[in-house]
Amino acid sequence: MEGAVVLLDFWPSMFGMRTRIALAEKGIKYEYREEDLRNKSDLLLQMNPVHKKIPVLIHNGKPVCESLIQVQYIDEVWNDRAPLLPSDPYKRAIARFWADFVDKKIYDLGSKVWKTKGEEQETAKKEFIESLKLLEGELGDKAYFGGENLGFVDVALIPFYSWFYAYEKCGNFSIEAECPKLIAWAKRCMQKESVAKSLPDKEKVYEFVLHLKKVYGIE
Amino acid sequence: MEKEEVVLLDFWASPFGMRARIALAVKGINYEHKEEDLSNKSGLLLKTNPVLKQIPVLIHNGKPVCESLIVVQYIDEVWPHRSPLLPLDPYQRATARFWADFVEKKICSLESRKIWAAKGEEHEAAKKEFIESLKLLEGELGNKAYFGGENLGYVDVVLVPMYSWFYAYEKCGNFSFETECPKLVAWARRCLEQESVSKSLPDQEKIYEYALQLKKRFGFE
Repeated sequence: MEGAVVLLDFWPSMFGMRTRIALAEKGIKYEYREEDLRNKSDLLLQMNPVHKKIPVLIHNGKPVCESLIQVQYIDEVWNDRAPLLPSDPYKRAIARFWADFVDKKIYDLGSKVWKTKGEEQETAKKEFIESLKLLEGELGDKAYFGGENLGFVDVALIPFYSWFYAYEKCGNFSIEAECPKLIAWAKRCMQKESVAKSLPDKEKVYEFVLHLKKVYGIE
Repeated sequence: MEKEEVVLLDFWASPFGMRARIALAVKGINYEHKEEDLSNKSGLLLKTNPVLKQIPVLIHNGKPVCESLIVVQYIDEVWPHRSPLLPLDPYQRATARFWADFVEKKICSLESRKIWAAKGEEHEAAKKEFIESLKLLEGELGNKAYFGGENLGYVDVVLVPMYSWFYAYEKCGNFSFETECPKLVAWARRCLEQESVSKSLPDQEKIYEYALQLKKRFGFE
């Protein structure tokens, strides 16, 4: 259980944020290493030769790649505190389903919202909101997707909240107007230190998106 | 023994459905197989998977589980005492999950469809990437009989269904997997010696006929 933990990460990455939150929830001390994605370190290329992407969790010298796999790994290794996945197999399957839904829909649709314009952007906004509404339905009256505490789906989704301001500015819409329950849930999550310390400032993310738009020649 | 009701909503040619079939067979679970007409989805499918409306759907004692990788993990966790598919060690589990995710991203992606559905440049590019991905999987397999070691494991179950489509890919793309990835083809044949696999995969000629039908229907010519 003990042993060196290193996280190769990039500050605006929603995927990196998931792993940060999981480590914080479990109270695990680790070394955070910021990667320059235009100049990837030898360590990153060595630890994730297949995808060459962050985040990479290195535990006792052995790498774990892919954020949702890292979160499950953290949950299984440090299984004596703050469980993220339920113990019942059916509930676990449901949690995995919605985390997978976040991966399939939220990242791609969110990207389209800031990368595109006109018709394409309107379609992306519409589908993005529809997906958030489905998540609201799954949340129901619970404080968190995990019930009374943060769970797997909360950790998978909350990082996107740091990008919502950028999406709203680029897409000229209000996510809170469309999905008030989800925003209320996000603010509730932000009251947790593990989340607040893991998410970057929304203005910084917006600046980063504007910078990316310049770099990619998107206007 | 408590009464268990297990139903699988499936489609014969779907590699995703095959994963669920293999997992159920490995565990020796009796279940009702319901074939879906994907052009006319049943009320039961739309009710049990309203979000994605896709097969496979595993319905266990009336409760649905969707997404093939999630279905396989669920089966492994509900029936843990026979033929475990995922290892016990967390690091080995993370490695197995990584390679299953790699299969999803690289072998079962929409891009790989271009091997049989596209021509010219697009086909060549898709084929090259696909072969590279299979070679990475060969590297992970190493000298083991199966990805799971001495027995079928999670990655074996996730990957072997694609073997039923290899013949269709080869015919449409005019190449040979055995030439490019002999170790992987040897692994697939080894898997097919297991009844749980051979009974779960359709005949490769039938898949080829089906692929030709799809090409006609969607105008990939």
